[in-house]
Amino acid sequence: MGEIPESRRLARALVGRAEAGEQVEVCAGSSVRTEIRVYDGEVESLTVAESRGVGVRVIRDGREGLAHAGSWDPDVIDTLLAEARDNMSFAEPDDRVGLAEPDGVDAADIDPWDDRIEATSVDDKVAIAVALEAATRGADPRVRGVRTSMYADSRGESAIVSTAGIDGWDRGASASIGTQPLIDDPDGSTRTGYAGDAAAAPQLLDIEEVARLAVERGVRLLGAGPPTTGRPLVVLEPRFTATILGIVAGMLSGELVVKGRTPFGDRVGEAIATEALTMFDDPTDPDSLSASAFDGEGLACRRVPLISEGVLQGFLHDARSARGLGVSSTGSALRSVRGTPSPGHRSLSVGPGEGDLDAFIALIDDGLLIASLQGLHSGVNAVSGDFSVGVEGVVIRNGELAEPIREGTLAGAIPRMLLDVARVGADLERQPGGTLVPSLVLDGLTLGGGSGA
Amino acid sequence: MLDHELINRTLSTAMRTGGEFAEVFVEDKRSSSAVLDDGRVEELTSGRDRGAGIRVVVGDTTGFAHTADLSEAGLSAAAEAAAAAARGGGGGAKVVAVSPIDVERSVPVRIPPEGVAKATKVGLLTLANEAARAQGSAISQVSARYGDSRRRILVANSDGVLAEDDQVRTLFSVSCVASGDTGLQTGRESTGRTVGFELFDEADVEEMGRRAAERAITKLSARPAPSGAVPVVVGPGGGGVLFHEACGHGLEADLVGKGASVFANRVGEQVASPLVTLIDDGTMAGEWGYFAIDDEGRPAGHNVLIQDGVLTDYMWDQLRARKEGRLSSGNGRRQSYQHLPMVRMTNTYITAGHDDPEAIIADTDSGVYVAQLGGGQVNTATGDFVFGMTEAYLIENGEITDPIREGNLIGNGPEVLTRIDRLGHDFAMGSPGTCGKDGQGVPVGDGTPTLRVTSLTVGGTAA
Repeated sequence: MGEIPESRRLARALVGRAEAGEQVEVCAGSSVRTEIRVYDGEVESLTVAESRGVGVRVIRDGREGLAHAGSWDPDVIDTLLAEARDNMSFAEPDDRVGLAEPDGVDAADIDPWDDRIEATSVDDKVAIAVALEAATRGADPRVRGVRTSMYADSRGESAIVSTAGIDGWDRGASASIGTQPLIDDPDGSTRTGYAGDAAAAPQLLDIEEVARLAVERGVRLLGAGPPTTGRPLVVLEPRFTATILGIVAGMLSGELVVKGRTPFGDRVGEAIATEALTMFDDPTDPDSLSASAFDGEGLACRRVPLISEGVLQGFLHDARSARGLGVSSTGSALRSVRGTPSPGHRSLSVGPGEGDLDAFIALIDDGLLIASLQGLHSGVNAVSGDFSVGVEGVVIRNGELAEPIREGTLAGAIPRMLLDVARVGADLERQPGGTLVPSLVLDGLTLGGGSGA
Repeated sequence: MLDHELINRTLSTAMRTGGEFAEVFVEDKRSSSAVLDDGRVEELTSGRDRGAGIRVVVGDTTGFAHTADLSEAGLSAAAEAAAAAARGGGGGAKVVAVSPIDVERSVPVRIPPEGVAKATKVGLLTLANEAARAQGSAISQVSARYGDSRRRILVANSDGVLAEDDQVRTLFSVSCVASGDTGLQTGRESTGRTVGFELFDEADVEEMGRRAAERAITKLSARPAPSGAVPVVVGPGGGGVLFHEACGHGLEADLVGKGASVFANRVGEQVASPLVTLIDDGTMAGEWGYFAIDDEGRPAGHNVLIQDGVLTDYMWDQLRARKEGRLSSGNGRRQSYQHLPMVRMTNTYITAGHDDPEAIIADTDSGVYVAQLGGGQVNTATGDFVFGMTEAYLIENGEITDPIREGNLIGNGPEVLTRIDRLGHDFAMGSPGTCGKDGQGVPVGDGTPTLRVTSLTVGGTAA
């Protein structure tokens, strides 16, 4: 790391062109991506590519303008500052607009980098995707094909430099795999499963386990039909806990609070969830693939408590949302070179509760173990808190897994659901993206079905 | 956009190691957007993305590389990377010579957005904001967004094709939050067309603001949606998402070819109610999914997919069409030069029927009327799909009554297609959409008349 990366030099040079009375922030990054899709034992497509980007933010008198480009070519870069300034002149002033100021918090010593991604040959990466497809096909005789078996990796670096004294540089690398088997259902239809894994290096990916899980998840839905409408206890494996709590964390963005777009805006200090639930965002956890030293504005990432024993602790903030509420940034700015920063979570964690998935199932007389969630983007309204999603799952009857169901809906309101969390497990499981969460049991949700009638 | 000799040399480099097919896709895209939120104009952004994607096909393998460097050195390096990725077997050198094909743009852009003053664009946001807020004190928040883009593309391939297109799109949306005793509710209205700033000759942004505000206010008094299977009437323009998910994706030849579609091997069969004629049409001038050539250089097509309920054809891109020895249907699209093309929809619609829309509602004793749909999702292998309703009402005794809270509907494509029993004589295109597939988003349009599905599962909370 002795040499100054080109992204950092470029960002510093652009910031150096700031005029008096002007705040300038430049975010520049590059990444190299490999993506391999295998079908029927052959490479279907192999992509190897490098991308670059740069985003410029200019602020004067509370007005902000932005410009970005997918290139570091001098002729493109040279126009960015002028474009951002021109955009700025049409914005209306806002007291909250301003760069993040260095706050003295030291960045955690995190360098999520593994040389093996670059060092591993393309042939070896192809072999991973081929092996994954073969393992998926071989996991069960009812697998009739694999829609896609994929290996992908990327390594990227980015610099953030500003006239406020921010000068950060960060890098990250990860590799991932995913497979989606097509499984013959005796009723003549097809069921699908999916599983994936992500890791810091290709060698750490668990091919056999991913194949086994993907097939198991499809096989257990064989013979599924529409469910009966009712209010079963809903059991979530950790991967679905991650999905649901990710939506909740999304509603705890300081920007939504400032703009009156979340039902939790005025609830700090109040019990918004069952006492068993403690949730925080921890991008400083070195075991998380989403760990990061700096946030999108160059402040140190830090552990942010969100819910402690059911009580709302606060929100995720970037510099702008923090100013709006008169608090400090929590170092939670997310950003791409293409837009303004906005606050959000990177690596959610839940404090351990009691019990695990099997114990929960054994306790339930009338329940549903979720096997897939569909339509999250169209069925969740984070402003009203209403949600309604498509589900597949396995019915739980008298403490045992019974018949599978598909084409069901699950609906409720997120504020109510948090209070109705019946169980929080101790079975914390690291998700491929870094989230560390246990199994949950939810009460009070409506399962709808019966279109097969 | 690029010198023809340079294109020839780049394609020759890509073919040098024995590729069967090579293609250069060059894109230069400029975009601008502005947002008004919380009463202030902010987030004025300009973007520029320029680069080339090069693919080489050998047997069943596609090698792909992209670069933002459009110099001879940059293109040559990308061509070699793509060729290496495709693992050419070292066959003989091929000299490639391309010749332009003539594709006429049927809709010239009248007012290029890049020539419109930013103050004028920003002024639209203010008008929409004020109109929305004037709908009452219940409106607690308004956000309006203006966006335009100009995407120039050039496609050249080793079959000798050379084609260019210049795609200008303009978009405007308003989102409102209403707050009341029952909490917060949202309403949205959007319009987008493949045209320039002349979009606003027809789109009235103040009216859009008012409609978005009304939607949010109406929902404050919404009842919980029913839960379970009920008859569903979908209003004009609203049902496009339903067909996009219920069968559109399942008719994409790449998914069909992998056996990952419930509609595989069913051409010639009755797959839908005889009322249904489904068309995918990239030639619909000005619509959100319109273009002159697709991202593989093929002219846009008017493709009948289902005729009177009978499956007539799938949608094709170059790769899948070559395998079958037929022509692409003009459905090869990609998000940007950084992505490989695949089979994608354009503007997908159901042709109008003969029923009086009022009568369809009057003939429905009880059910749900969906006025506006949100996004959707489908598992093409099982046919199970969901889509969101963002504005919906109960139908009681043949009349539209109370608003209901939003949520998803779920169904199975092949089953739902046979359950369409009424089709109105009205027809409208729906809101502009972005269709996602394997991580790539492309602009798509859709349209339907008023229609009824005899039974769909509504994901509400009322028992």
